[in-house]
Amino acid sequence: MSFDLENLVSDLDIRGAILYFKGNVDSEVINKALDLVEGKLLTTREAPRLRKKVYNVLVESLQNLYHHADYVPKGYHSARPDRFGLVVMEKLGRGYRITTCNFVATMRVKELEEKITRINRSTPEEIKELYKDILNHQEITEKGLGGLGLLDIARKTGHRIDYRFKKYDNLNMAFRLTAVVALV
Amino acid sequence: MEPIIIEGTPKTPSIKFDTREEVFEIKGRSIPENSVEFYKPLNEWLDQYMQVPLEKTVVNIRLEYFNTSSSKCILDVFKRLEAIHRSKHDVEINWFYEEDDEDMLEAGEDYDSIIKVPFKMIEIVE
Repeated sequence: MSFDLENLVSDLDIRGAILYFKGNVDSEVINKALDLVEGKLLTTREAPRLRKKVYNVLVESLQNLYHHADYVPKGYHSARPDRFGLVVMEKLGRGYRITTCNFVATMRVKELEEKITRINRSTPEEIKELYKDILNHQEITEKGLGGLGLLDIARKTGHRIDYRFKKYDNLNMAFRLTAVVALV
Repeated sequence: MEPIIIEGTPKTPSIKFDTREEVFEIKGRSIPENSVEFYKPLNEWLDQYMQVPLEKTVVNIRLEYFNTSSSKCILDVFKRLEAIHRSKHDVEINWFYEEDDEDMLEAGEDYDSIIKVPFKMIEIVE
Protein backbone atom coordinates (compact mmCIF):
# COMPACT_ATOMS: atom_id res chain seq x y z
CA MET A 1 0.00 0.00 0.00
CA SER A 2 1.35 3.43 -0.91
CA PHE A 3 1.90 6.04 1.74
CA ASP A 4 -0.91 8.42 2.63
CA LEU A 5 -0.86 11.23 5.21
CA GLU A 6 -3.70 9.34 6.86
CA ASN A 7 -1.16 6.69 7.84
CA LEU A 8 0.18 9.19 10.37
CA VAL A 9 -3.16 9.36 12.18
CA SER A 10 -4.13 5.69 12.10
CA ASP A 11 -4.13 5.71 15.91
CA LEU A 12 -6.75 8.47 16.08
CA ASP A 13 -10.53 8.17 16.06
CA ILE A 14 -11.17 9.83 12.73
CA ARG A 15 -14.74 8.58 12.44
CA GLY A 16 -15.68 10.08 15.77
CA ALA A 17 -13.78 13.31 15.19
CA ILE A 18 -15.39 16.71 15.53
CA LEU A 19 -13.44 17.84 12.47
CA TYR A 20 -11.61 15.86 9.84
CA PHE A 21 -10.22 17.27 6.61
CA LYS A 22 -7.59 16.18 4.15
CA GLY A 23 -6.78 18.25 1.09
CA ASN A 24 -5.79 21.75 0.06
CA VAL A 25 -5.97 24.02 3.10
CA ASP A 26 -6.96 27.33 1.51
CA SER A 27 -8.80 30.29 3.05
CA GLU A 28 -12.20 28.88 2.19
CA VAL A 29 -11.44 25.54 3.84
CA ILE A 30 -10.17 27.35 6.94
CA ASN A 31 -13.35 29.46 7.11
CA LYS A 32 -15.58 26.41 6.83
CA ALA A 33 -13.59 24.45 9.40
CA LEU A 34 -13.69 27.33 11.89
CA ASP A 35 -17.44 27.87 11.36
CA LEU A 36 -18.13 24.18 11.82
CA VAL A 37 -16.08 23.86 14.99
CA GLU A 38 -17.36 27.09 16.50
CA GLY A 39 -20.93 25.93 15.92
CA LYS A 40 -20.24 22.56 17.51
CA LEU A 41 -18.45 24.09 20.49
CA LEU A 42 -21.40 26.38 21.12
CA THR A 43 -23.67 23.36 21.51
CA THR A 44 -21.46 21.98 24.28
CA ARG A 45 -21.37 23.01 27.91
CA GLU A 46 -17.70 23.83 27.77
CA ALA A 47 -16.48 26.84 29.70
CA PRO A 48 -16.18 29.89 27.42
CA ARG A 49 -12.48 30.03 28.37
CA LEU A 50 -11.91 26.52 26.99
CA ARG A 51 -13.96 27.22 23.86
CA LYS A 52 -11.83 30.27 23.14
CA LYS A 53 -8.58 28.41 23.71
CA VAL A 54 -9.67 25.60 21.41
CA TYR A 55 -10.74 28.05 18.71
CA ASN A 56 -7.46 29.95 19.00
CA VAL A 57 -5.32 26.83 18.78
CA LEU A 58 -7.36 25.59 15.82
CA VAL A 59 -6.82 28.92 14.01
CA GLU A 60 -3.05 28.67 14.52
CA SER A 61 -2.96 24.98 13.56
CA LEU A 62 -4.88 25.54 10.33
CA GLN A 63 -2.90 28.64 9.45
CA ASN A 64 0.33 26.75 10.14
CA LEU A 65 -0.73 24.39 7.36
CA TYR A 66 -1.71 27.33 5.15
CA HIS A 67 1.63 29.11 5.58
CA HIS A 68 4.09 26.27 6.11
CA ALA A 69 2.95 23.09 4.36
CA ASP A 70 5.53 22.33 1.71
CA TYR A 71 4.55 21.06 -1.72
CA VAL A 72 3.51 17.43 -1.85
CA PRO A 73 6.24 15.13 -3.17
CA LYS A 74 6.23 14.05 -6.78
CA GLY A 75 4.14 10.94 -7.23
CA TYR A 76 1.91 11.59 -4.21
CA HIS A 77 -1.76 11.59 -5.13
CA SER A 78 -3.42 14.95 -4.48
CA ALA A 79 -5.67 17.26 -6.44
CA ARG A 80 -3.31 20.19 -5.82
CA PRO A 81 0.33 20.18 -4.76
CA ASP A 82 0.29 23.27 -2.54
CA ARG A 83 -0.97 23.73 1.02
CA PHE A 84 -1.85 20.07 1.23
CA GLY A 85 -2.57 18.95 4.72
CA LEU A 86 -4.71 16.96 7.08
CA VAL A 87 -6.43 18.07 10.27
CA VAL A 88 -8.25 16.06 12.93
CA MET A 89 -9.94 17.51 15.99
CA GLU A 90 -11.20 15.13 18.65
CA LYS A 91 -12.90 15.49 22.00
CA LEU A 92 -10.87 14.00 24.80
CA GLY A 93 -12.03 13.50 28.37
CA ARG A 94 -11.47 17.04 29.63
CA GLY A 95 -10.36 18.78 26.50
CA TYR A 96 -9.66 18.58 22.81
CA ARG A 97 -6.85 17.22 20.67
CA ILE A 98 -5.95 18.95 17.42
CA THR A 99 -3.66 17.06 15.07
CA THR A 100 -2.29 18.34 11.78
CA CYS A 101 -0.16 16.58 9.18
CA ASN A 102 1.68 17.92 6.18
CA PHE A 103 4.79 17.39 4.12
CA VAL A 104 8.02 19.16 5.00
CA ALA A 105 11.06 19.33 2.74
CA THR A 106 13.80 17.25 4.38
CA MET A 107 16.16 20.23 4.26
CA ARG A 108 13.78 22.17 6.58
CA VAL A 109 13.31 19.39 9.11
CA LYS A 110 16.33 20.21 11.27
CA GLU A 111 15.30 23.85 11.70
CA LEU A 112 11.72 22.90 12.53
CA GLU A 113 12.78 20.23 14.99
CA GLU A 114 15.15 22.66 16.71
CA LYS A 115 12.32 25.18 17.10
CA ILE A 116 10.01 22.63 18.67
CA THR A 117 12.74 21.19 20.89
CA ARG A 118 13.58 24.67 22.15
CA ILE A 119 9.93 25.32 22.97
CA ASN A 120 9.52 21.95 24.69
CA ARG A 121 12.60 22.55 26.85
CA SER A 122 11.45 26.01 27.92
CA THR A 123 9.49 26.94 31.00
CA PRO A 124 6.19 28.84 30.53
CA GLU A 125 8.00 32.03 31.52
CA GLU A 126 10.78 31.42 28.97
CA ILE A 127 8.17 30.72 26.26
CA LYS A 128 6.46 34.00 27.11
CA GLU A 129 9.75 35.93 26.85
CA LEU A 130 10.69 34.19 23.60
CA TYR A 131 7.27 35.04 22.16
CA LYS A 132 7.67 38.72 23.06
CA ASP A 133 11.20 38.80 21.68
CA ILE A 134 10.14 37.40 18.30
CA LEU A 135 7.06 39.61 18.23
CA ASN A 136 9.12 42.71 18.90
CA HIS A 137 12.23 42.05 16.84
CA GLN A 138 11.46 39.88 13.83
CA GLU A 139 9.95 41.03 10.56
CA ILE A 140 6.83 39.33 9.31
CA THR A 141 7.06 37.43 6.02
CA GLU A 142 4.56 35.64 3.79
CA LYS A 143 5.24 32.57 5.93
CA GLY A 144 4.39 34.36 9.13
CA LEU A 145 6.62 35.23 11.99
CA GLY A 146 9.49 32.95 12.94
CA GLY A 147 7.61 30.18 14.70
CA LEU A 148 5.27 32.45 16.64
CA GLY A 149 2.37 30.13 15.80
CA LEU A 150 4.06 27.19 17.53
CA LEU A 151 4.93 29.35 20.54
CA ASP A 152 1.35 30.55 20.72
CA ILE A 153 0.07 26.97 20.68
CA ALA A 154 2.52 26.06 23.45
CA ARG A 155 1.44 29.05 25.53
CA LYS A 156 -2.27 28.44 25.11
CA THR A 157 -2.13 24.71 25.76
CA GLY A 158 0.52 24.78 28.47
CA HIS A 159 1.74 21.42 27.15
CA ARG A 160 4.77 20.16 25.31
CA ILE A 161 4.25 20.09 21.56
CA ASP A 162 3.95 16.49 20.45
CA TYR A 163 5.34 15.82 16.99
CA ARG A 164 6.78 13.14 14.75
CA PHE A 165 8.35 12.86 11.35
CA LYS A 166 8.10 9.96 8.93
CA LYS A 167 10.37 9.69 5.94
CA TYR A 168 8.50 9.77 2.62
CA ASP A 169 11.51 9.83 0.31
CA ASN A 170 14.98 11.41 0.37
CA LEU A 171 13.62 14.90 -0.20
CA ASN A 172 10.41 14.86 1.82
CA MET A 173 9.16 13.99 5.27
CA ALA A 174 5.61 13.67 6.52
CA PHE A 175 5.11 15.69 9.70
CA ARG A 176 2.53 15.31 12.42
CA LEU A 177 1.88 17.95 15.10
CA THR A 178 -0.46 17.47 18.02
CA ALA A 179 -1.81 20.03 20.48
CA VAL A 180 -3.97 19.12 23.44
CA VAL A 181 -6.17 21.89 24.78
CA ALA A 182 -7.63 21.49 28.24
CA LEU A 183 -8.19 23.70 31.24
CA VAL A 184 -5.69 23.15 34.03
CA MET B 1 -8.15 64.43 8.07
CA GLU B 2 -10.49 61.87 6.51
CA PRO B 3 -11.39 59.02 8.85
CA ILE B 4 -10.55 55.43 8.09
CA ILE B 5 -13.54 53.15 8.54
CA ILE B 6 -13.41 49.44 7.70
CA GLU B 7 -16.38 47.17 8.23
CA GLY B 8 -15.75 43.98 10.18
CA THR B 9 -16.02 40.48 8.74
CA PRO B 10 -15.95 37.07 10.45
CA LYS B 11 -12.14 37.10 10.09
CA THR B 12 -11.24 40.77 10.22
CA PRO B 13 -12.07 43.45 12.78
CA SER B 14 -14.00 46.64 12.28
CA ILE B 15 -11.76 49.67 12.34
CA LYS B 16 -12.74 53.24 12.98
CA PHE B 17 -10.10 55.93 13.41
CA ASP B 18 -11.89 59.26 13.20
CA THR B 19 -10.25 62.49 14.38
CA ARG B 20 -13.47 64.52 14.21
CA GLU B 21 -15.39 62.16 16.47
CA GLU B 22 -12.19 61.38 18.40
CA VAL B 23 -12.88 57.67 18.05
CA PHE B 24 -10.00 55.25 17.56
CA GLU B 25 -11.15 51.66 17.74
CA ILE B 26 -10.32 48.14 16.56
CA LYS B 27 -13.08 45.68 17.35
CA GLY B 28 -13.97 42.05 16.61
CA ARG B 29 -11.88 39.17 15.28
CA SER B 30 -8.54 39.48 13.63
CA ILE B 31 -7.65 36.10 12.17
CA PRO B 32 -6.98 36.66 8.44
CA GLU B 33 -4.35 34.59 6.64
CA ASN B 34 -2.76 37.77 5.32
CA SER B 35 -2.78 40.27 8.17
CA VAL B 36 -0.16 42.56 6.65
CA GLU B 37 -2.42 43.34 3.70
CA PHE B 38 -5.38 43.96 6.00
CA TYR B 39 -3.56 46.34 8.38
CA LYS B 40 -1.66 48.23 5.68
CA PRO B 41 -4.33 50.94 5.16
CA LEU B 42 -4.55 51.58 8.92
CA ASN B 43 -0.80 51.88 9.30
CA GLU B 44 -0.66 54.22 6.30
CA TRP B 45 -3.43 56.30 7.85
CA LEU B 46 -1.46 56.45 11.12
CA ASP B 47 1.68 57.53 9.27
CA GLN B 48 -0.27 60.61 8.17
CA TYR B 49 -1.97 61.12 11.52
CA MET B 50 1.42 61.09 13.27
CA GLN B 51 2.25 64.36 11.49
CA VAL B 52 -0.64 66.26 13.14
CA PRO B 53 -2.11 64.20 15.96
CA LEU B 54 -4.81 65.37 18.37
CA GLU B 55 -3.72 66.59 21.80
CA LYS B 56 -5.03 63.32 23.16
CA THR B 57 -5.56 59.99 21.39
CA VAL B 58 -7.44 57.26 23.23
CA VAL B 59 -7.41 53.95 21.38
CA ASN B 60 -9.82 51.18 22.25
CA ILE B 61 -8.88 47.60 21.36
CA ARG B 62 -11.78 45.21 21.74
CA LEU B 63 -10.65 41.97 20.20
CA GLU B 64 -12.39 38.67 20.65
CA TYR B 65 -9.72 36.62 18.85
CA PHE B 66 -6.52 37.43 17.04
CA ASN B 67 -3.96 35.24 15.33
CA THR B 68 -0.19 35.50 15.58
CA SER B 69 0.26 37.28 12.27
CA SER B 70 -2.23 39.94 13.43
CA SER B 71 -0.28 40.26 16.68
CA LYS B 72 2.69 41.69 14.77
CA CYS B 73 0.48 44.07 12.78
CA ILE B 74 -1.20 45.28 15.97
CA LEU B 75 2.26 45.89 17.44
CA ASP B 76 3.07 47.98 14.35
CA VAL B 77 -0.05 50.06 15.11
CA PHE B 78 1.09 50.47 18.72
CA LYS B 79 4.59 51.48 17.66
CA ARG B 80 3.10 54.34 15.67
CA LEU B 81 1.08 55.34 18.74
CA GLU B 82 4.27 55.17 20.77
CA ALA B 83 5.93 57.58 18.34
CA ILE B 84 3.03 60.00 18.82
CA HIS B 85 3.42 59.65 22.58
CA ARG B 86 7.15 60.36 22.29
CA SER B 87 6.34 63.57 20.43
CA LYS B 88 4.73 64.88 23.64
CA HIS B 89 1.11 64.09 22.81
CA ASP B 90 -1.17 62.19 25.14
CA VAL B 91 -1.86 58.63 24.04
CA GLU B 92 -3.75 55.95 25.92
CA ILE B 93 -4.51 52.40 24.90
CA ASN B 94 -7.49 50.66 26.44
CA TRP B 95 -7.17 46.90 26.09
CA PHE B 96 -10.54 45.21 26.65
CA TYR B 97 -10.76 41.53 27.56
CA GLU B 98 -13.65 39.33 28.51
CA GLU B 99 -14.06 38.11 32.06
CA ASP B 100 -11.92 34.97 32.58
CA ASP B 101 -10.14 35.35 29.24
CA GLU B 102 -6.66 35.17 30.71
CA ASP B 103 -5.09 34.60 27.27
CA MET B 104 -6.38 37.95 26.05
CA LEU B 105 -5.29 39.62 29.31
CA GLU B 106 -1.79 38.13 28.91
CA ALA B 107 -1.65 39.34 25.32
CA GLY B 108 -2.41 42.87 26.54
CA GLU B 109 0.28 42.55 29.19
CA ASP B 110 2.77 41.48 26.51
CA TYR B 111 2.09 44.66 24.56
CA ASP B 112 2.17 46.74 27.72
CA SER B 113 5.69 45.47 28.45
CA ILE B 114 6.91 46.23 24.91
CA ILE B 115 5.25 49.56 24.19
CA LYS B 116 5.97 52.68 26.21
CA VAL B 117 2.45 54.07 26.17
CA PRO B 118 -0.05 54.19 29.07
CA PHE B 119 -1.94 50.93 28.79
CA LYS B 120 -5.15 50.19 30.62
CA MET B 121 -6.54 46.64 30.97
CA ILE B 122 -10.30 46.72 31.12
CA GLU B 123 -12.24 43.60 32.02
CA ILE B 124 -15.65 43.22 30.37
CA VAL B 125 -17.96 41.61 32.88
CA GLU B 126 -20.95 39.90 31.28
